[in-house]
Amino acid sequence: MGWQLVRLWTLLVYAFMFLPVAVVVLLSFNASQFGSFPMTGFSFRWFVELAQNDAILRAFRTSIILGLLTAAISTTLGVLASLALVRYRVPGANVISTLLIAPILVPEVVLAVALLLFLNFLNVNKSFALLLAGHVIFTLPFVILVVQARLVSIRRDIEEAALSLGASPRQTFFEVTLPLMLPAVLAGALFAFTISFDDITGTLFWKPGGVETVPTQIFAMLRNSISPEINALGTVMILLTVGLPLLGLALARALATRRGG
Amino acid sequence: MSVETREARQPWILLSPALSAVALLLFVPLAFIAVYSFWLRTATGADQVGFYLDNWAEALIDPFYRDILLNTLKIAAITTLVCAVMGYPAAYFIARSKGNKAILLLLLMLPFWISYIIRTMSWINILGVSGAVNWVLTGTGIVDEPIQMLYNQTTVILGLVHFLLPFMVLNVFVSLDGIDTTLEDAANSLGATRWQAFLQVTLPLSLPGLAAGGLLCFVLGAGTYITPLVLGGPRDAMFANLVFEAIITQLNWPLGSALSLMLLAVLGALVLLYNRYLGMAQLMKGLG
Repeated sequence: MGWQLVRLWTLLVYAFMFLPVAVVVLLSFNASQFGSFPMTGFSFRWFVELAQNDAILRAFRTSIILGLLTAAISTTLGVLASLALVRYRVPGANVISTLLIAPILVPEVVLAVALLLFLNFLNVNKSFALLLAGHVIFTLPFVILVVQARLVSIRRDIEEAALSLGASPRQTFFEVTLPLMLPAVLAGALFAFTISFDDITGTLFWKPGGVETVPTQIFAMLRNSISPEINALGTVMILLTVGLPLLGLALARALATRRGG
Repeated sequence: MSVETREARQPWILLSPALSAVALLLFVPLAFIAVYSFWLRTATGADQVGFYLDNWAEALIDPFYRDILLNTLKIAAITTLVCAVMGYPAAYFIARSKGNKAILLLLLMLPFWISYIIRTMSWINILGVSGAVNWVLTGTGIVDEPIQMLYNQTTVILGLVHFLLPFMVLNVFVSLDGIDTTLEDAANSLGATRWQAFLQVTLPLSLPGLAAGGLLCFVLGAGTYITPLVLGGPRDAMFANLVFEAIITQLNWPLGSALSLMLLAVLGALVLLYNRYLGMAQLMKGLG
């Protein structure tokens, strides 16, 4: 009996988490003028309008460029730091780990204010560079956590074997270590991209006037009224941010089985 | 240079880019706003450098700020409690279910990938004047006119719970999953009922996960300003909204610095307290 109750409760919790999102997707196909019930028919018109909306396309371009640059920088910094922490006996490794994940222990609003005011003091105004710096600093801890967790499982003796067979340290890194690390690196990059793509809290502080990312564009559109276009945009965002990691997961699994088999 | 010193320097070379990034983009800026909070923003908009206690006096003594700070902590506390009550049984179910654990876990991770702003605004489709609930209510004739259910403190909490619940479930799951199930069997065989076994064996062992989830929900909830802007009314501002107002709207940056540091002090104290008694490792388990 008790177990059935727990099962029902869990079902309700899942419904609570997913129903509102499902409604967004459903309403994005609504043929009606308004972004609300009732559904008057099935239509792609809001997606067509979305594709013709310059502001939204610009926001997408900004978000994607920002996400890619964030992922590239953050993953590079994160992978190097993780290598040091996993592969070497570093004095004070615990303190260093805590320092490196500090950006997610500080409330994002506070991080946003501190970075904005400090860089402004250095005469760096609100700009794409500031936005990028901000996104790098708060995605870095996530990259380090993800990469470190996976690096631990790579066995050191494979590298030692390469070295003892006459490979130079450089060769060993590029031909043995890096390929083995690739899933970890990709996972870290994907994580950084998605977090950057989704961020609004810091972005609203850092973005220069006139520049919008997809989330800030949605936020700005919400201030008027909830149009069907927002639902369509939401659906595209869900497809992107859910589809990409799932694709990444499938890819990683395929790579792993190919190597294993 | 000997091999040993080279070997010893290597990790520091690898660490230095990340450490300098964190130092330059987080710690130095935090130190800077600590200094900045003692400056004054003059009527002309220029900063007067010096050591003035005005901003701190305003932030700490003005009942306006104090009330909103207390209200923010209240909202975060309610949110955390609701997340725990909703999330614990769900985490227990996932941890103890056979077969479909992987799919349940994947589903649980999905909300992390769905945009926060989309998830927040999705409630407008449900509870708004022309949302799903009102459509059903007016359609079935229960009410004649749509009811405005949005833009109050309850919908702010609702939005926060929706945002933070996965953090709670995941943390509790991680800790429940690590408990040896034979412990419960042992308690049963020694005469405890299933309920007793849960209360006296499983629940205490899962408390670290519950605490980690609770800390995350509380800190993330108390630091938000987007949810009150989207789902709250004009009187539902949280403390982070005041920071946003001071920095972006009023451009009173020294005051904004003081308010930011106040928020950091309150939430930081919680994190330190947590670290003191439970350690960061538990939190990292749930995040990684």
